Amino acid sequence: MKKIFVIITLFSAYTLYSSWVYSYGTDCNVQMSAEAIRGKATWHAKNCQNCHQVFGLGGYMGPDLTTVITDKQRGAAYTKGILMSGGNRMPNFHLSEAEANELVSYLDYISQTATSQSN
Amino acid sequence: MEAETVAKRFIILGFSCLLLSISFGLIASLQYIFPGLLADRLSFQHTRPLHVFLAVNWIFSCVTGIVYHYIPRVGQRFLYSVTLARVHFFLSLATILIAIGGFLTGHFSGREYLEFPPWVTVIIVAYWLLFFTNFIGTVKPRLKGAPVYIWSWCTGLAFFLITITEAHLWLLPYFNHNIIRDVTVQWKANGSMVGAWNMLIYGTAMFAMEQISGNNKIGYQKTSFAFYFLGLTNLMFNWGHHTYIVPASPAIKQVSYIISMTELILFANIIMKWKKGLLKAHADEYMLSTRFFKSADRWILLNLGLAIAISIPYVNLYTHGTQVTVAHAMGTTIGINTMLLLASVAYIFEGMLKPVAKKYVLAGLTTMNISLLVFWLSLLAAGVVRSIGQYEHTYFAKVSANILPYLRVFSVAGVFLVTGVCLVAFNMLAVIVKKQKAVPLPVKERKTTLQ
Repeated sequence: MKKIFVIITLFSAYTLYSSWVYSYGTDCNVQMSAEAIRGKATWHAKNCQNCHQVFGLGGYMGPDLTTVITDKQRGAAYTKGILMSGGNRMPNFHLSEAEANELVSYLDYISQTATSQSN
Repeated sequence: MEAETVAKRFIILGFSCLLLSISFGLIASLQYIFPGLLADRLSFQHTRPLHVFLAVNWIFSCVTGIVYHYIPRVGQRFLYSVTLARVHFFLSLATILIAIGGFLTGHFSGREYLEFPPWVTVIIVAYWLLFFTNFIGTVKPRLKGAPVYIWSWCTGLAFFLITITEAHLWLLPYFNHNIIRDVTVQWKANGSMVGAWNMLIYGTAMFAMEQISGNNKIGYQKTSFAFYFLGLTNLMFNWGHHTYIVPASPAIKQVSYIISMTELILFANIIMKWKKGLLKAHADEYMLSTRFFKSADRWILLNLGLAIAISIPYVNLYTHGTQVTVAHAMGTTIGINTMLLLASVAYIFEGMLKPVAKKYVLAGLTTMNISLLVFWLSLLAAGVVRSIGQYEHTYFAKVSANILPYLRVFSVAGVFLVTGVCLVAFNMLAVIVKKQKAVPLPVKERKTTLQ
C-alpha cells in the first residue's frame, strides 16, 4: 500500500510539473514570424540538427547556431552565403533564395530568443 | 513460433542493430577526420541518424527479447499470447526497415534522436501496446506483492509510451512555434525515454542477479525498492541538466542532477553487495555474466565521476554541447547499458557456449573495455579543447583543427571497439541462432517468493 501511495504521489507531481513545463516554465517573449515558421520546416526537412546545435540540442560536425545571427563574427549575410553555397564540411543543399531567407529568419528568431530571454 | 523463439528473434534483431550501429558509427567518426569520405552515397547526413537509431534499437530490441524470455519464468506460466508477440516482432522489424530505408533515401523528421518520419511512431505505439498487454497477461499472478523487477519493467513500458507521445508534441503549433518550449520538451521527452529504457534494463539485471546469486530476497529488499523509487524520480525530473543553456525557467534545472547521482551510487552499491553474495553462489556457473556485470559496475563508477563533474553549472555551461557530453552518453550506453544487456544474454545462453567461444567472448570483453576507455578519454580531451575554444570565442574551424588529433585517437579506438563487440556478438549469436532451446532456468528451485 505504501508503494502505491508513493507511486501516486510521484505521478501526480510529475503531471503537475509537466503541465507547468508546457506552459509558464517555457514562456517565450519573442514571437516566431510566418517566415521563421517556414524556415523551421526547412530546418527539419534538411535535417540541419544532425550537424548543428541549437540550445545544446544537435550534432557536433558543424558550429552551434544558437546565436549565429547576433554574433558579430558571423551575422545574417555570412549565414545566408554559407546556406546558399555550402562550405568545407557543409553540403550544398541547393536552397532557393526564399528557403535561405526563411532559414535565416528562423535562426534570427532563435538568436533573439537567446539574447533577450532572461534566465 | 514459440515464446522462446520470439525472445531469441528479438535478441538476434538487437545484435543485428548493434553490429550495424557500430559500423555506421565508425564511418561517421571517420567522416569527422575525412569530411569527403563517402560524401556522395553515405554522407554524415545519413550515417549519424543510422548510428543513433540503430543503437537505440539495439537496446530496445535486446531488452524486449530478454523480457520475453524472463516473464514466463517470473509468472511461472506460458506467455499470455505468442501471436501478439509474433505480431510485435514483425512490426518492430518493419519499423526498423522503414526507418533505415527512409534515412538512406534522405527522409528525415529533422528531430534529434527520433529522425524517422513521425507517422512511424503510430506503428511503434501499436506494437508497444501489444508488448504491454503480453507482459501484464503473463505476470498477472505475480502482480500482488510483486518483486522490484516487475515494478521496474511496468514503469519502463508505461513511460516509453508517455515519452514517445511527448516527443511528438512538436507537431502541435503551440509547442512548435515556441523554440524555448520545443527544445525544453524535446530534452524532457528524450531524457525520460532514456530513463524508461534504463528501467527495463535494470529490471532484467535485477532478475538475473537474483537468479545467479540464488538469493530470492534481492527483488524484495528495501534497498532495491529505494533504488527503484529513486530511479523513477530520476526518470521524471532529472532531464533538467540538459537545459542549462536553454532560457527556460531556472527552476527546471535545479534538483535534477542530485537525483541522478544518488541513483547511480545506489545501483553501484547493490551490484557490489550482490558480488559479495555471488561468490558463495553460482559465480563459476555464470562466469561470463558475472564478468559483464563487473564491467558495468566499473563503468557506472567512471560515469558517476564524470556526471558529478559536469553537473556543476559553470562547468556544464561550457561542456554541454561538446564531446564531453558525447563521452558521457557513450560511457553510459556502451559501458553500462550494453554491458548489462550482454550480462543478461550471457546468463541465458552461457550454458550453450563452448569453452573456446567463452574465451573469445572474454577476449572481446577485454578489448571492449580497453578500447572504450581510450575512446572515452579521447572524447573527453576533445570536449575540453572545444570548451576552451568556446570560452575564448575561437573560430569554429580553428577549434575543429585543434580537436582533430583527439578525434583520430577516438577513431582508432573505435576500430578496436568494433572488433571487441564483433568478438562478443558473433560468438553469442552462433549459439543463439542454433535451433536448440536455451538452457531453462530452474524456476521452481529458485522460486522467487517471500518465505
